[in-house]
Amino acid sequence: MKQQVQPQNEPLFNVKNIKVYFPIKKGVLKKTVGHVKAVDDISLEIFKGETLGIVGESGSGKSTLGRAMLRLLAPTSGQLIFKGKHITDLKQRQIKAHRKDMQMIFQDPFSSLNMKMSVLELVEEPLLIQTNFSKAERKEKVRDIVQKVGLRYEDLQKYPHEFSGGQRQRISIARALVMEPEFVVCDEAVSALDVSIQAQVLNIMKNLQEELGLTYMFISHDLSVVNHMSDRVAVMYLGQIMEIARTEDLYEQALHPYTKALLSSVPVMDEEDKVEKIKLTGDLPSPANPPSGCPFRTRCPFVHERCSEERPQLKERNDGQYVACHLYDA
Amino acid sequence: MVVNNTEKSDLKTVNKTPFQLTLKRFMKNKLAVAGVITLSLIILAVILAPLLTEHDPTKGDLMLIEQGPSSEHILGTDGSGRDNFARLLYGGRISLIVGFAATLFSLAIGLVTGSIAGYYGGRIDSLIMRVADLFLALPFFVLALTIIAILDEVTISVFVTIIAITTWPSLTRIIRGSFLSLREQEFILSAKSLGASDFRIITKHFLPNAIGPIIVNATLMMATMIIVESGMSFIGMGIPQPTPTWGNMLSEAQNIRVLRDHPEAWIPPGLGILLTVLSINFIGDGLRDAFDPKSNRR
Repeated sequence: MKQQVQPQNEPLFNVKNIKVYFPIKKGVLKKTVGHVKAVDDISLEIFKGETLGIVGESGSGKSTLGRAMLRLLAPTSGQLIFKGKHITDLKQRQIKAHRKDMQMIFQDPFSSLNMKMSVLELVEEPLLIQTNFSKAERKEKVRDIVQKVGLRYEDLQKYPHEFSGGQRQRISIARALVMEPEFVVCDEAVSALDVSIQAQVLNIMKNLQEELGLTYMFISHDLSVVNHMSDRVAVMYLGQIMEIARTEDLYEQALHPYTKALLSSVPVMDEEDKVEKIKLTGDLPSPANPPSGCPFRTRCPFVHERCSEERPQLKERNDGQYVACHLYDA
Repeated sequence: MVVNNTEKSDLKTVNKTPFQLTLKRFMKNKLAVAGVITLSLIILAVILAPLLTEHDPTKGDLMLIEQGPSSEHILGTDGSGRDNFARLLYGGRISLIVGFAATLFSLAIGLVTGSIAGYYGGRIDSLIMRVADLFLALPFFVLALTIIAILDEVTISVFVTIIAITTWPSLTRIIRGSFLSLREQEFILSAKSLGASDFRIITKHFLPNAIGPIIVNATLMMATMIIVESGMSFIGMGIPQPTPTWGNMLSEAQNIRVLRDHPEAWIPPGLGILLTVLSINFIGDGLRDAFDPKSNRR
């Protein structure tokens, strides 16, 4: 279960068999009656400087995976290795030092900023927490990053309520990047924005990635945004990875039936580019009670006997393209 | 929603801090502003009491009891020959101090317990809330009367403590409630992802965003506490004589002779309580409207 795109490199972030289960408690005694398997045995590697896109529909566990990787949620089992160090079992106090290098940009620019803090306070806060910089040094850093995300110096005195969604998201980006982290999880970072503003924010993020040498994990349900941003893409379904491949491979020759269905659902302008739509019937099964074997089998058009018996493992089919599907077993 | 680098967001609100916005909304409420002015005058009067009267509120002239108004004693004297005007001013001091101190005390307990319960949740939350339920279940008057009956001397601090320990649970609940509603907001997660300490998250992120309901409820609670002090003093279980309070001034006026012949002895303290409590309640209502995010775009 390894995806070595650049086998010569050590991965920046190595996720091994991570599981995040939320207990379902019932009754007066709070007995655990089951688990919501939000992330169910995921392994992946993220290399320095790349952008790994994570796509999947709502409830597929994308955000949970991102939060668990940053230890904002406690993983149930598995290992997280960041920059060669195991961070899975670190206490909150010990993990503080690592937080400097891994940051998150949140989805909702209206709730991810504390309304009672000015832009200066918001962007300065990471430095106050993580560094011993003097006031002048902090101000210098703040001024620097604020300029890079396209806000003006005068904006520092303002409060979030004075900005529009796109500008607020720039503040969020400045806040996440002011410490110069190496790894940034972008959790639906542009989903709440208008399409025209999405492009601006995405371009800022791309430019900053080059300038600061960032590694992104880009979580989104929007396939075209992921296509634009990512070097590699992982497709998630019900807490598991269905397919992971280089972006161009995935978009040109998807292998997994779920990926194919997802891609065929993207609206296209050009008549020639139209592909036959694969309509998925039924709903996403409950992650509290996932189907046996392959999680996708209840909606898969190519389902056969083996799918309910055995969970398909992620295996390399083409160079760097990994699929978890029995169809491709010889 | 226009995003443009050079675009100025709403010109009217440029450089308005959230505090200034709240203040602006508060100032629009006429009743609340009237409350602030009235309360300020009352506070000023009781602070400047030594300048406004030369009489000692605790020492009377037994030759001059139950006198009517005169140039020497504007509101006359009471049954022990003490100057009613001096007692009104100094009594106001005690009533306000009791109300203020009891609120602060209650707020201090409420802030600590409510923050811990709301932030950490789980077992510590259950423990704190069960203790709070226990205190809420204590009947205030029975408890207060029992403690006062046992104690030899009822000082202001004892009185304040009794009120505070029976009222903190309601503030704890309010603070815990606000914390619970803020807990799922992304900016809390954002602060956690920066590695902020629990103390920082509570004081910089939770509390400033929960301050509205806390201040409103504390203000309204203060009004209740002044009433409670007056009530206790009125039935003779409050701050004992000769220390004057508005409540025990009313209590002094309980006989029919004073009631009928000397309205100047009991109307002013009654009015003092009324105006103070009314002002505080108006201020509380004004603050509630000012802090309510729905009353303005946010």
